[in-house]
Amino acid sequence: MSNHNNEDVLKLGIEDLAKYPFLTEAGEYLRDSGLNLEQLGHDDWKPIIEKAYGRIVVATSGHVYGIDVEKQDYDSELLSFIVAIILLKSAGVHTLTRRFSLSEARRAERYLQQDLRINRDRNLELPLKIIQELFGVQVFIQGDDFVIKVPDYLKRAVNFHEKEWKLVNRRVSNGLVYLNAHETVRLIRTELGEYINTKIQSINLTEIPKSFKERVNDLITLARKFSSTQYVSSEYPPCVKHAIEVLEKGENLPHSGRFLLATYLLSKGKSIEQIVPLFKNAPDYNERVTRYQLEHISGSSGSGTKYQCPSCEKLRSENLCFAIPDCDGIINPIQFGKKRKIIS
Amino acid sequence: MNEKNTAIVEGAFKEYYFNRFDLIHVPPRAQEREFGYQKINSGMIRHLVARNDKELHLLLMREVPSDVYCSNAYYNFPNLPMSEKDWKGADLIFDIDAKDLGLSCRKEHILTKCVSCKNSMTDPKPSCEKCGSTKFETVSVACKNCISESKNEVKKLIEILTTDLGIKNEEIKVYFSGNEGFHVHIINNLYEPLGSHERADLADYLVFNGSIPESFGIKRQGISKPILPTVEEKGWRGRVAQTLFPSKSKAVKTSKEIITGGYSAFQLKLEEIRKTRGVHLDPKVTMDVHRIFRLEGSINSKSGLSKIHCTDLDSFDPFSEACLLGSDETEVLVNCPVAIKLKNKKFGPYKNEIISLPKYAAVYMICKGLANSV
Repeated sequence: MSNHNNEDVLKLGIEDLAKYPFLTEAGEYLRDSGLNLEQLGHDDWKPIIEKAYGRIVVATSGHVYGIDVEKQDYDSELLSFIVAIILLKSAGVHTLTRRFSLSEARRAERYLQQDLRINRDRNLELPLKIIQELFGVQVFIQGDDFVIKVPDYLKRAVNFHEKEWKLVNRRVSNGLVYLNAHETVRLIRTELGEYINTKIQSINLTEIPKSFKERVNDLITLARKFSSTQYVSSEYPPCVKHAIEVLEKGENLPHSGRFLLATYLLSKGKSIEQIVPLFKNAPDYNERVTRYQLEHISGSSGSGTKYQCPSCEKLRSENLCFAIPDCDGIINPIQFGKKRKIIS
Repeated sequence: MNEKNTAIVEGAFKEYYFNRFDLIHVPPRAQEREFGYQKINSGMIRHLVARNDKELHLLLMREVPSDVYCSNAYYNFPNLPMSEKDWKGADLIFDIDAKDLGLSCRKEHILTKCVSCKNSMTDPKPSCEKCGSTKFETVSVACKNCISESKNEVKKLIEILTTDLGIKNEEIKVYFSGNEGFHVHIINNLYEPLGSHERADLADYLVFNGSIPESFGIKRQGISKPILPTVEEKGWRGRVAQTLFPSKSKAVKTSKEIITGGYSAFQLKLEEIRKTRGVHLDPKVTMDVHRIFRLEGSINSKSGLSKIHCTDLDSFDPFSEACLLGSDETEVLVNCPVAIKLKNKKFGPYKNEIISLPKYAAVYMICKGLANSV
């Protein structure tokens, strides 16, 4: 096994920075080149502002910003990212920033994957260094595979809901999980998105050049398109229906099922008064106890913690999941029946 | 439990807690853990701290609990309410219980007890022969087979932990649970920070739950030739291959059968493999990162047996090695329709008999609800 994450300082070229413009080194490059925000406000830089705006529009519409690196205009690739994050910070719309961050993460993911596949020399050193330094995941190389430690894998893979990511569907040996290049970078996409998001949030801006302002306003207008979700169904999910049926029949619903029912209904805005009667057929029903427990779960008594509805995964492991096709793509019963509004 | 029974049980527990300090220790990093206990007929008292053996022993002598627990989790403030504890991590824990193994021996040693008159019987009846009540509860008594099957599960667990998950033998501690199963504790820094979700997936790995045919080369629509696992492979692919191809000479024929059988048939095969090769553990215990778990050396009030460390699992006999209460003669009225063996002595069957038993056996019967003090 060889570990390519050596301690030597890796010299990054402008080509690398154009691929991974969120790296700290990108800011340093800019500083070294002597360019500042005020200068960027000059009309000469207008195309960069437009490029930056375009980059945001593409990203926030759910696409990945085109790979322009082949054109070898590395400086404008890097600069458009920097300007884009300044525009986003000024607009201050979290939805846009989050969408942009995720899309940029996916863009970087493509490069990381490419770099991992290309012959195993210096090219490999950079992606592994990014993965290790930014996210603390050590990636080792064994033959043709990339391997990471089981706990490192689990921490990330549990955020995916496709069965192929379950540990049981992976090659696992001696505390290590075997992955290909694509899977290795896919695993850190969310974190990469969060990293970029945090980076944007932490920018300290005093004033922006006039020439930026128009596009900032455009971003605010753009953000209005992304209204939140709407309900397409008022039906209960099958797990909740099952819980209600069991209780109606006067059969015993396990504690975990009662917890599901209570947290689900509370999250849908039902009051304790409305929920208590559902339990009256339970074989061990005691109104006082039921009320006390509901108050506890709702956070109105006890520690004040408001308990959340358990995830679909948890319910599956408790044999309380009775998924139907309408459950596709949800990870928590409270999402059942909700659909994202199609962006016009 | 009635007052007289409580007096016998508490008396026996007190004697044990006074005399067996050698067996009762706080786990490593005790000051970061939450302790809790229960007394007979009363609720759980939690959020306690026992920084060292001395503090723990004092607590045991003062309270004479029926059950003692300690968190597998580490907290900055273990004695504060749950939301303020500041969780830092938790040891991995596994619970293997004979009741979850679907064993055929169970019907021979699960007794049905009438809720109102406590009459116990081996075969469930529609109503109690003595009082006519129709409400029953069940209780399981000592069974060698249950223990030996549970041991097999522990061995399966240890095999996967060490070969697949990279956990060293010295990081694994196996305990008899004090009733009908085993607790396995892992002390390993890498796994310690994992949250509940991650532990649930880890438990699924051990149980072999949620596997899909694609992971073993069988696709829904196969254009390319499926690549089935081989016995030399590591992890579950290897285990599946060992089960599918027990004989080398028939491997080619079996492979063909599997490929023609298709996706759904293979899914059923995986389900069968789960039943035999997967570890039968309780995933709820493994995924709970705030649990307080029975403390090593303490008595389990379901039986009066102790939760003790098993150094040699194969030779371990819980009904003698974990049966650690005194042996003074104690008179009880026993109704136990099957014979049980404790400390290599056979007791019963007893049919509503007043009899003098060694204290450990009397307490065992009382804890199981099969005896009353006279």
